[in-house]
Amino acid sequence: MTGNHMSASPTAASTRKSGRLGWPLVLLISAAIGGALLLAADSFQNDYAYLAAYTVLQFIVLGTAFNILGGYGGYVNFGSAGFFGVGVYTCVFLYTLSQEYGTPEPPLIVSILAAAVVAGLLGFGTGYLTLRLRGIFFAIATLALAIVLTTLVTNWGFVGGARGAYVLRPETVPFFGNFTRYLFIVMLVMAIVSVLISRAIEKSWLGRGLDAIKDDETAAECCGVPALRVKLITTTLTGAMMGAAGAPYPYFLTYVEPVSAFNLQIAVNTLAMPLVGGLGTWIGPVIGGLLLGSVQEYAKVTISSAANLLIVGVVLVVFITVAPQGVVGLVKRMRGRA
Amino acid sequence: MGWELFVNAVVSGLLLGGFYCAVAVGITIAFGMLDITNIAHPAFVVAGSYVAYVANSTLGMDPLVACLLAAPFAYLIGRGLYRVYYVAFESREGESLQGLAFFFGLLFIIEVGLLMEFGVDYRFVEAPYMGPTLSLGAISVPLRYLVPMTVGLVMTGLLMLFMYKTFIGRAILAVSQDTEALRLVGGNPVKIKEIAFGIAIATAVIAGALLIIIQPLEPSVGREYIGRVFAICVLGGMTSLTGTVVAAMLMGVAENLTSTFVGPSWSPLVAFGILLITLGFRPSGIFGR
Repeated sequence: MTGNHMSASPTAASTRKSGRLGWPLVLLISAAIGGALLLAADSFQNDYAYLAAYTVLQFIVLGTAFNILGGYGGYVNFGSAGFFGVGVYTCVFLYTLSQEYGTPEPPLIVSILAAAVVAGLLGFGTGYLTLRLRGIFFAIATLALAIVLTTLVTNWGFVGGARGAYVLRPETVPFFGNFTRYLFIVMLVMAIVSVLISRAIEKSWLGRGLDAIKDDETAAECCGVPALRVKLITTTLTGAMMGAAGAPYPYFLTYVEPVSAFNLQIAVNTLAMPLVGGLGTWIGPVIGGLLLGSVQEYAKVTISSAANLLIVGVVLVVFITVAPQGVVGLVKRMRGRA
Repeated sequence: MGWELFVNAVVSGLLLGGFYCAVAVGITIAFGMLDITNIAHPAFVVAGSYVAYVANSTLGMDPLVACLLAAPFAYLIGRGLYRVYYVAFESREGESLQGLAFFFGLLFIIEVGLLMEFGVDYRFVEAPYMGPTLSLGAISVPLRYLVPMTVGLVMTGLLMLFMYKTFIGRAILAVSQDTEALRLVGGNPVKIKEIAFGIAIATAVIAGALLIIIQPLEPSVGREYIGRVFAICVLGGMTSLTGTVVAAMLMGVAENLTSTFVGPSWSPLVAFGILLITLGFRPSGIFGR
């Protein structure tokens, strides 16, 4: 995992030096990183490596999505677990539907796209409902939304309700081989795509608009930033990204129930990754996800699964107190001194 | 028969509301008045429950007495916590998100700490008022709900007296209205907020005793209350203690009516539906100005 950290940093450094990298080059670099990661995971010759890496990558996607709205725009989405859960249950719904009618189950890609659409619509709705809410009220509204969604799914018998639902994995996938490896590759691609999206937004009119909104929304509106449009686009986009991240989850666990799909743990991890890495920069969630995610996976294996929650807690409290701007902020501070 | 069911549901909703009030009053102080998003508040409540549990199971102490004795310590912990929070986040500009994450972290530290010490078994306390039920005609009032409601309302009443009658209480209200103005008249907002936050944590620990009287619990039960307490605080208009009482009652009755007539699994939908609608159409809450 540290291998990627190393290879990702030069990308950031060279971006800063040359000002702007051309898209073909960026895509090439991303593909190279992705290929290197795949080779690294393959080299373990062990399914567990894929599963551990999958979890880390999933949180990179979630953290990146959170960062676009929370880091660039200053709007804290407490309901990330809600969007994630909607993605999970879109996939379960499609799967159950295919079982019910005896049709072949939908390919994972279809589920992911469907989840992105549903969660994106939900994001749009959230953005629309909470237009007037600023700061912490937005956070509370998203939290409430997540609870409402959990209740709805718990009472929806078709997708298993409170009992949960089983999703059978295919043994192998043509061309990709082992299904765990396939899941890993899917998540790897999603992680790379979301980081690219985040990077593109950071340097676009949307990113600048969000930045202005974060500083002072009223002032931004006065200066001609279409705050409404910027916010709606962003809530839709982050919703879609979080939903997409949730879609493969039923296949990952093979059994889901509402409590695990909408867990607070998902929300806190989503928040923790960008904060540890550095809010408001595209590389932040990546660094945070790799650091915190790997430590958690390690703790899960060596200590216990309760310990990994404790680690998130301690890391959040200690790290945020000492370095509020995350790793990126620390690096900047050290450079400033040198 | 339907009528009796309805009245009973409303009564037990009110009883539950009194307890909700005890849990939410600390959030009204910390979040509504001081602008500190203490998302770990319910975790402190659960910590209080475990204090009551330990005192009850080892010393046979009444849970309420145990938590009242623990409250001064909770107050000191709260003051210390605010000092850390102030130095690390509040004194720096524009880092409210970091402050939020700080409390999120704290929530998990408390929860997992309790989990490691006590495990996931459901714990409960024993007290003379756990069993009996008062019957007023067709209406039944279980003492294990009546006691928490009474304590919750008395605690909130005392806090109101404190806020409106004493010097420090008025200073806390002043901080919630205008920090700068308080500074101009010679008050030290940081110290006042420190005291207020200490009080908020103390109320959480007392509410913990009430929680374990009402239901057996395990460490992650607190999570169910995060959304609820913020909902009550917002519904009640953020800074208003009277609003908190009314909103808590409303929440209790709405939840109880839903679980009686529709099903317990639907009750969160109503409560948070109300919150979402309030936020969408009247963000200042019912009692907001």
